[in-house]
Amino acid sequence: MPEFYELQINGSAHDVHDAWLGESLLYVLRERLGFTGTKSACEEGECGSCSVLVDDVLVCACLALAGSATGKTVTTVEGLAATGTPSDVQQAFVTAGAVQCGFCTPGLIVAAHALLTESPEATGQEIREALSGNVCRCTGYGRILEAVAAAARARLAAGAGSIDDRGET
Amino acid sequence: MIVTDTRTGRRPGTLGDSAVRPDGVAKVQGTFSFSSDEQIDGCVFGATLRSPHPSARIVSIDVSGAWKVSGVEAVLTAEDVPGNATYGLVVADQPVFAADVVRYVGEPVAVVAADHPETCQRALAAIRVDYEVLEPLLDPEVAIRGEHPDIHPDGNILRHQRIVHGDPDATGDVMVEGTYELGMQDQAFLGLEAALAIPEPGGGGIELHIATQWLHEDRRQIAACLGLPEPKVRLVLGGVGGAFGAREDISLQVHTCLLALRIGRPVRIQYSRRESFVGHVHRHPARIWMRHHATTTGQIVKIEARFVFDGGAYASTSSPVLLNGITHTQGPYRCPNAVVDGWAVRTNNLPCGAMRGFGVVQACFAHESQMDRLAEACGLGAVEIRLRNAMRTGDTLITGQVVESVAPVARCITEADALPLPEEPVGGRDGDPMRLPGGAGRTSDAEHVHRGIGWGVSIKNLMYSEGFDDFATARCRLSGGVVTLKFATAEVGQGFVVIAGQIARSVLGVDEVRLDTVDTDIGSSGSTSASRQTWMSGGAVDAACRKVRERLFDHVAAQHGLDPLRLAIDGTDVIDTMGTLRLAVEDAVMGREFDETVEFRHRPTEDLDENGQGNCHTAFAFAAHRAVVDVDAELGLVKVIQIATAQDVGRALNPLSVLGQIEGGIAQGLGLAVMEEIVRNAGYVRNASFTDYLLPTSLDMPEVVVSLVEEPDPQAPLGAKGVGEPPCISSTPAIVAAIRDALRHAGIERRLDRVPVRPSDIAL
Amino acid sequence: MAVVIPIDLDAAMRAASAAPDALILAGGTDVMVEVNAGQRRRALDSDTVIALDRVRELRRWSHDPERRTVTLGAGVTYTELMTEPLASLLPALAEASRTVGSPQIRNAGTIGGNLATCSPAGDTLPVLAALDADVHLASLNGERTLPVGQFMLGVKTTALTRGELIVGVTAPVLRGAQGYAKVGVRNAMVIAIASACVIVDEDCRDVRIALGSVAPTIIRCPDAERHAAANLDWDRGRATPGVAAEIGERAAADARPIDDHRSTAAYRSRAVALLVGRLVRRGFPDA
Repeated sequence: MPEFYELQINGSAHDVHDAWLGESLLYVLRERLGFTGTKSACEEGECGSCSVLVDDVLVCACLALAGSATGKTVTTVEGLAATGTPSDVQQAFVTAGAVQCGFCTPGLIVAAHALLTESPEATGQEIREALSGNVCRCTGYGRILEAVAAAARARLAAGAGSIDDRGET
Repeated sequence: MIVTDTRTGRRPGTLGDSAVRPDGVAKVQGTFSFSSDEQIDGCVFGATLRSPHPSARIVSIDVSGAWKVSGVEAVLTAEDVPGNATYGLVVADQPVFAADVVRYVGEPVAVVAADHPETCQRALAAIRVDYEVLEPLLDPEVAIRGEHPDIHPDGNILRHQRIVHGDPDATGDVMVEGTYELGMQDQAFLGLEAALAIPEPGGGGIELHIATQWLHEDRRQIAACLGLPEPKVRLVLGGVGGAFGAREDISLQVHTCLLALRIGRPVRIQYSRRESFVGHVHRHPARIWMRHHATTTGQIVKIEARFVFDGGAYASTSSPVLLNGITHTQGPYRCPNAVVDGWAVRTNNLPCGAMRGFGVVQACFAHESQMDRLAEACGLGAVEIRLRNAMRTGDTLITGQVVESVAPVARCITEADALPLPEEPVGGRDGDPMRLPGGAGRTSDAEHVHRGIGWGVSIKNLMYSEGFDDFATARCRLSGGVVTLKFATAEVGQGFVVIAGQIARSVLGVDEVRLDTVDTDIGSSGSTSASRQTWMSGGAVDAACRKVRERLFDHVAAQHGLDPLRLAIDGTDVIDTMGTLRLAVEDAVMGREFDETVEFRHRPTEDLDENGQGNCHTAFAFAAHRAVVDVDAELGLVKVIQIATAQDVGRALNPLSVLGQIEGGIAQGLGLAVMEEIVRNAGYVRNASFTDYLLPTSLDMPEVVVSLVEEPDPQAPLGAKGVGEPPCISSTPAIVAAIRDALRHAGIERRLDRVPVRPSDIAL
Repeated sequence: MAVVIPIDLDAAMRAASAAPDALILAGGTDVMVEVNAGQRRRALDSDTVIALDRVRELRRWSHDPERRTVTLGAGVTYTELMTEPLASLLPALAEASRTVGSPQIRNAGTIGGNLATCSPAGDTLPVLAALDADVHLASLNGERTLPVGQFMLGVKTTALTRGELIVGVTAPVLRGAQGYAKVGVRNAMVIAIASACVIVDEDCRDVRIALGSVAPTIIRCPDAERHAAANLDWDRGRATPGVAAEIGERAAADARPIDDHRSTAAYRSRAVALLVGRLVRRGFPDA
C-alpha cells in the first residue's frame, strides 16, 4: 500500500502523505495542499462551489476521491491566470458587480472559463445552462450572466483563439 | 489628477458612482479569506453531537467511548460550561449544551476535538446518550390554548401582542378574508458556519475568528458563557459567505472557544451543510388570518388579523419578528382601524429567528393576497386598488405612528407598471423547451401554458425598534493623502466595504481609502441586518469623516489666517470658496494626522402600549413588484418570466450594488414562492441538504427590470435608505398572484394561500 | 490505503474479485455523496477503493449499423450521451442526460453508475427500460447479459453479484419518435418527482412506455403499450388527443407511487398520465 500519492495541481506536483482513504479531492486541496480558493458548501455536488477542472473537464472536487485523481491534471481557480493578474473572466466579474459575498465566485469563475474555452460564442441561454450547476445565494445571477456575456463578447472582438485562458495574447 | 465621469460629473469612487468592490479581485482569484479558510499551526478540528429527537429527556450521557478513539483531545458537555449555561439575543434561554432535556432535532449535546474531521465523527458516534423520548409540542395552536405542559421554564408563549387602532367595531360594506400560510424558509448562505478559536498563551483569554453579523453581541454572549470578562474575548471578523439573518444568533462560537480553552490549542469547527440546516435559526413558519373591510370603491376601512408565528424551541428574536409582522399588517396602505392579535410561540420545532425581511415577508404575503381579493370584490384592477389606498408621507400606521419617511408608494407602483412587459411570447420561441415551464424536463408544450401577471407592494421598517439603543461606531484617520477607516461592521456580501470608501472619498476628497481589520477593538456597529448598515454604519463613517474634515479645515484655516467656514472640498483639493486658495488634500494635511471616532445613533423609538400603539419604528422603505409567470396548469409547473420592480431607495449611493441587492433579494423571494421549504414531519427535518432544499439556479431566475425611485430621505444621514430587504418581501406575493392570474386565464380558480406553492397545489 | 486504478477490464475484474468489499467508484456522483456524509465507513475501512474511470473498455461506445444497436461502455458520461453522433442515435438518452442539469455532474456521472445506483429516479433508467436495453456484466467467473428489466430489481437493488462489474449496455437504434420528460420543482439539478419515457418503433409499430419515480424501480406499462399499438394511426402518424390521453391514463394505472418529502402519490399519478399523453402526442400529433 502506498504511503503517499502525488497530485498535479496547477502545473505542479504535490505529494499527499498519510491521508485517510475517504478524503475527497476538495478536502485534500483545501486542508492538505493549501488551495483554499476552492470552496466547500454542500459536499453533494449540488452547488458547484467546489468546481475545478480535471484534465480540463469541469467537475465538482467534492465528488472526486483525492486518491483516484493521481495521473490527472487538476486546475483550481488559483491556476487559471498568471499570479496576481486577474484573467479576463475574473476582471469581468469584478467590473460587472457579479461578486457579493464571493463564496460561489471561484466555482463560477472555473465554470465560466470552461464554458468559454469550449463555446467561445456562448450567449444568453447557453450561458445560463452552462452555469446551472453553480448556485449563488447573493446575486440572483443577473450580474454574473452579464459578466460572462461581456467576457465572451470581448474575446470574440479580440479574435477567438488568439486569447488563451490566461487572458494573455 | 481628477478624472470625472463626464455624464454625471461624479468623481469615480465617490457617492453615486457604481464603484467596484475593493475585495472583488481577491474574491475572483480565490485568495479572499473566508472564516472556513483560516488555519493556524497546531490547530485541531471540533465537531458537535446533536439531538436526534425533537423532545426528550436526557437520562445519561456516556462519553467514555469517544475517549477511546485515537486522536481525540477533548470531549465536552453541559457540565463543562464555566459561565452562563444559556445564551440568547433577547432572552438567554438557549443552553450551550442540552443538559436535562433536548427541545429540537439538532440541539447540541456535546462537542469533541480531534486531529481529523473523520476522527471527530467517529468520536461522536461513540458517545452514548440515553434519551427518554417525550411527546413533542409541534402545533402552535396547542401552545396558545395551553394544552401542552411547558417545554421550557419560561413557558410556551414567547410573545403575545395586540394592536387596537381607531374604532375596533368599524366595518366596511365589502369584506374579504383568508388564512395564509408560509413554510419554513432557510437562509442557506453558501459559506458554511466556521470558526477558529485561538487561546491566549497562558490562558485567561481567547481570540475568535468568526463569520458573523454582529461581533459585539456575539462577544457579549460568548464572554458570559465562558465566564470571562469581555475584554478577554477578542473577536475578529472572518470572511463571511452570506448571512441573511442566520448568523445573528450564536451557533458554534461558544463551542469552539470552550474546546480551545480546554486543550490550550487552536480549534476549528466547520459545519456540514446537513448540520447547517439545524445549526442556525430559520424564517418563522406562520399562519395569518386577515379580514379586510372596505368601502364599495375599495378604500380600506378596517383590517382584522391574527398572526401565529412558530418560534421553535428557543426565543431567539421571535419577539421583534412578531412585532414587525403585526405592525406591518396594513401594508403600504392607509388603514384607519385595526384589530390585530399576534402570537409567537415556543414549540419543539427548529428554532426560528432572523431572516431577511424579519416577519414582514409573512405579513406581506397575507396583505397582498388580501388586496387582490379586495380588488376582485370591488371590481377593481390590482394596480388600481393599490393606488387608491397607497400610503403617503404623513399617513398613520395602525400603531398610531406617523410615517415621517418619504413614502413614494404610488410612484413605486406607477413606475413598476410603466416598465415594459417581457417580449418573450407565451410558451417561448421556436419550441425551445428551456423557455417553457419544466425546462429541460420537456414536460410542457406551448399549448399547455398560460401567462399571468401579479402584483406585490411592500413597506418595511428600517433599523431596530421598540426603544432598542441602535448605534454604529466608526473611526476615521487621515494621514498624508490616505484615509483609514475602522469599524466593526460585518461585511456579509452586501457591499458596505464599497460605500464606506465612497463616503470617505466624497467627504474628504482623497482617492486612497484603506479599511482596517474588522474586530472588537473598536465599538459596536450593530448587526448587519434590518437593512440598517448603510444608514447606521454609513452614518457613522460619514460623521467620523466630517469630523476629520472639520479638524482639517481648522488646521488649514489657522495656517492661512482664514475662517474655516469658507473652506470646502472640491475634487481632491481644499479650496477657499471665497478666495483663491487651492491645495491638494494631501498637501493640506502636511504631515499631521487627524483621527476621529464617532458613535452614530438614529432617533429613539418607543415601546408599544397594551393596545399596540407607540412610535416603535424608525423609518420605512417601500417597493413594488410586478411578476409575469407562465404556468402549465395541468402539471402545476411555473416559469417566472420577468420581475419588474420600482424600489424606494432614497438615494442610490452605488447603483450597481443596489441592483445586486435587488436581484439577489428577488431570487430569495422567488425561492420562497415556488421552491424553498424545510420539510418537517413530527419535528424531524426531511430535506436537510441541497439535494432537496432547492435554491433557484441560473435557469430559474427571470429577467429583472428595475426602476430606482430616488427621493432622498431627509432623516437618512446620506439620504439613502436600506435596500436589502424590500426585494425579497413583495416579490413572493407578486409571483403567487401571477400564478393565480395565469390559472384564471386557463379557467381555473385556485386560492394558493400557502407558500411555497407546489405543483400539486396548482394541479390537483 | 489503496486506491486501485485499473486501465483495462481484466485488471478491474481481478481487483473486484480480490477485494469484494471495496468501494467501487466511477464518476462519484452518487458514491462520493455517501462517502462525504460518512455512510461508507465499512467499505472504506476495508482499505481499498477501485476507481473505474480509466478502464479503457468502459469508456468506449460503438455503433453496429447492421444490427442497428449501440453498445455503451459503463463509463460513458452524460455529457458524452448528449454529444453527436450518440445524441442522434439515442435521442431519448440525450434528453434524459440534459435534465441532469449541471455540467459538473454530467461530466462525471456515467450510465453504468446510474444503473449501479438503481434509484427509481435515475434519469437514464426509464429510457433504458423503454429501449429494452441489455446490461452486460462481467467478473472473473465469466460474462453475462441481462435485460435491463431483470437487472433493476427494486429501490437501489440490482442483480449485480459480488465481484461483478457492469461493463456496458446495448440498446437498439429505433426509427420513430422518442422522448423523455421529467417533472421537478426547479429547472436544474433536481431529482425527478415523476418521469416518463415513450419510444416509438415505427418498424414494428409498437410503443414502449417506461415510468420513473412512481414505483420501487422503473416500470414498463404493457397495457398502455398494447392500447397504443392498437389505436394510434400508424399510417398517417397521427392520434387524437383522446387516444393520447387514454394511453397516459392506462400507463398511470400501472404506477404505484408513494407520498414522500418531494411530492404525493396523487400528484405523481396525475403527472405520469399527463407526461405519457404529451409524449405520445408529440410523436403522433393531432388527427
